[in-house]
Amino acid sequence: MRDRVNRLMALIIQACALSSVLVLMGIFLMLLINGAMLFKEVSVFDFLTGMTWNPGAFDGPAYGALSLIWSTILVTIGAMLMAIPLGIAMAAFMSEVAPRFWRNLLKPLIELLAGIPSVVLGFIGIELIGPLLQKYLGLSTGFNALNGSILLCLMALPTIISLSEEAIRAVPFSFKEASYGLGAGKWETLIKVTLPACTSGLIASSMLGLGRALGETMTVLMVTGNALQFPHGFYDSVRTLTSTIAIELGEVASGTTHYFALFAVASLLFCLCLIINIAAEAIAAKFRYRQT
Amino acid sequence: MSQMKLEAKGLDLFFGAKHVLKKVSIRIPDKQVTALIGPSGCGKSTLLRCFNRMHDLNPMAKLKGDVLFEGQDIHLSKAAELRQKVGMVFQKPNPFPQSIFDNVAYGLRLSQKLTKSELEYKVKAALSQAHLIDELPDLKASAMELSGGQQQRLCIARAVAVSPSVLLMDEPCSALDPISTRKVEELVLQLKSDYCVVIVTHNMQQAKRVSDLTAFMYMGELIEFSETRQLFDKASHELTRNYLEGSFG
Amino acid sequence: MMNRNWYSNLGFGSLYLSTFLVVGFIAVILWDLIYKGAPSWNWTFFSEGPQEGMTKGGIFPVIVGTFYVTLISTIASLPLGIGTAIYLQEYAPDNLLTRLIRSSIRNLAGVPSVIFGLFGLVLFVQHMQMGTSLLASGLTLGLLTLPTVVASTEEALRNVPQSYREGALALGATQWEVIWHQVLPAASSGIWTGAMLAISRAAGETAPILFTGVTFYQRFLPQSLFHEFMAMPYHIFILSTQHHAIEIVTPIAYGTALLLLVQILILQMIAFYLRYKQTSTRR
Repeated sequence: MRDRVNRLMALIIQACALSSVLVLMGIFLMLLINGAMLFKEVSVFDFLTGMTWNPGAFDGPAYGALSLIWSTILVTIGAMLMAIPLGIAMAAFMSEVAPRFWRNLLKPLIELLAGIPSVVLGFIGIELIGPLLQKYLGLSTGFNALNGSILLCLMALPTIISLSEEAIRAVPFSFKEASYGLGAGKWETLIKVTLPACTSGLIASSMLGLGRALGETMTVLMVTGNALQFPHGFYDSVRTLTSTIAIELGEVASGTTHYFALFAVASLLFCLCLIINIAAEAIAAKFRYRQT
Repeated sequence: MSQMKLEAKGLDLFFGAKHVLKKVSIRIPDKQVTALIGPSGCGKSTLLRCFNRMHDLNPMAKLKGDVLFEGQDIHLSKAAELRQKVGMVFQKPNPFPQSIFDNVAYGLRLSQKLTKSELEYKVKAALSQAHLIDELPDLKASAMELSGGQQQRLCIARAVAVSPSVLLMDEPCSALDPISTRKVEELVLQLKSDYCVVIVTHNMQQAKRVSDLTAFMYMGELIEFSETRQLFDKASHELTRNYLEGSFG
Repeated sequence: MMNRNWYSNLGFGSLYLSTFLVVGFIAVILWDLIYKGAPSWNWTFFSEGPQEGMTKGGIFPVIVGTFYVTLISTIASLPLGIGTAIYLQEYAPDNLLTRLIRSSIRNLAGVPSVIFGLFGLVLFVQHMQMGTSLLASGLTLGLLTLPTVVASTEEALRNVPQSYREGALALGATQWEVIWHQVLPAASSGIWTGAMLAISRAAGETAPILFTGVTFYQRFLPQSLFHEFMAMPYHIFILSTQHHAIEIVTPIAYGTALLLLVQILILQMIAFYLRYKQTSTRR
């Protein structure tokens, strides 16, 4: 009896693992297969380099995703320009400067930020940041790439801060001791010894933050204006890959070229995120390897 | 010749490519204390763990040769059933994070349907066998709050509660202070009237104090196995003599 | 010497400033949500449905919808995720395949949520013919949180000392008995911590339910698994971007956002407490 239960449970557990893996593989296959259907009608080159995205046009719809890709890159770069320095600086503060009490206070705060739903941040972008940008930058509207970047920065920060802090804290104390022993000050030790010792950890955390920002949908959908155009700067309205899917999927009939085009967009996004995550993991693994 | 309790015949064990036990043959009698000694990494704990199939957990472990319990190949019976008859006490005390009572009752509850009073009786019997019952007024207290020595004796009580016929002890005193060590050693000497005890130790004085038979292992090989007094007084092998004299270890 | 000191002060000053900026930003967000959200909280807000084109009334069916969909996602993801983690940690041999599975699950945690929405649309809504429904959305959210559950459970199982397993095995427990009696109880607070995070994630997500079952207005509560439903995140989205009278409904949107925030705060506090309890009892 006990033996039978043991074997039965082993089977059930294996079935769980198998179905998880199947489902997760299914996501990958579903995306690629549906996405590939687009390329029966549109060439990959046109998809990646075409300037116009106008799938709804009656006379000759266009499936050029370049402006969507550029929008995504623009917003993400803006977010990273803010989030990486802020995040690493705050991580350094938390691990090297702040007394224990403050660290214990900051950590849950960062976790809370990580937990705020993207739709709530998007709402803040509409109600708070948008009007501020409009007023102080003298723009006609606050719905632009900059607003999106600020929100994505907030979304990427928890990832960057917590992983960077872990990386900085993992630097052996003996390194710092050696530096102090040579007469270096606290700041020189931080800049010349501690941070360089965990560079790959910092890069990995920044990349994971980047991946988070890249795939974010609701915030950018809500605050970037979503104009179909090729953006020239942070004050322009942009429409990212993710927003395009969110906006258009609701209104397209399944099996049409437009439908497949959205899957192609999703596949592109998926591959980008996957590459970034795998690279980050590889860099982090190298970091851990060097530590031991 | 009487039947041996435990026996290994030409036992080879590999962890991946590493050859950790080399053609070990040993016959361990009942109602005696057998000590396994040798320098660290010599395979003494590894050999001990072969007797209750603890290597089953490690997929890298490959075993060749025979291990017999009461003349039967241990790989023919179910591992769980074997381990109920061949109990084990580990190097570091490892009580479960539960009450003292539940710790001792765990093995009993697994295999036997007992009434509450029977269970209580057996738990108390096991605890008194380990001389713990007087020290522990409250059996509902958490086992994690006991001292290291008490925890180790609790683990021994836990092991004897299911009435095994063999008790394997893997350096049971290495994490304990001298007073607790003495208590555990006394316990071992009492236990041998009921059990076949195999004890791994790196402490030669301990082997001398508690064991009837001693086996010396070196680099995965069983170098010498004889009565304890004989091994310590006039070892036949040069390696054994060197080790006992303390020239390496 | 003077120069060096100045340089160092500037450096540390920038660290303080960065921290201040981030903390300040979070504080402003929280303050804004509380200041503008709290006034719309009253009994009607929680107990009644939207009225007069959502400009009046409360969000009762919205809360219920979020509760249902989160419940379904939890029922779907917890057993599957915990089972998968048990397999990976307790049963699977440590080989290339296992490492591959583990790393692909980890990578799935980084897949954009909108892609899970697409998958839910294709698999549940279309292929399995659930239509746009509570069930389809719940399962989609379940898949979204699956990697989180697997990763946190694995972590919790990894932290259970090997000596517990050996101790139970040596007493004659079967592998399942070891897991059920010793490993899972010892890992439970870690597992629950992960579950709380998964629940709070599922409750706050919008993109995955966008195409799989959420609707902006419905007069009745969902009566079965195959009905559409309202949900808090989507309600905020609609009220702040798609409504014809955004000015008027903004207080309601603030109230909803605050509720979502409070709910997440509570779940995180439970998770925090569980972790605290674990670190204080272990040892």
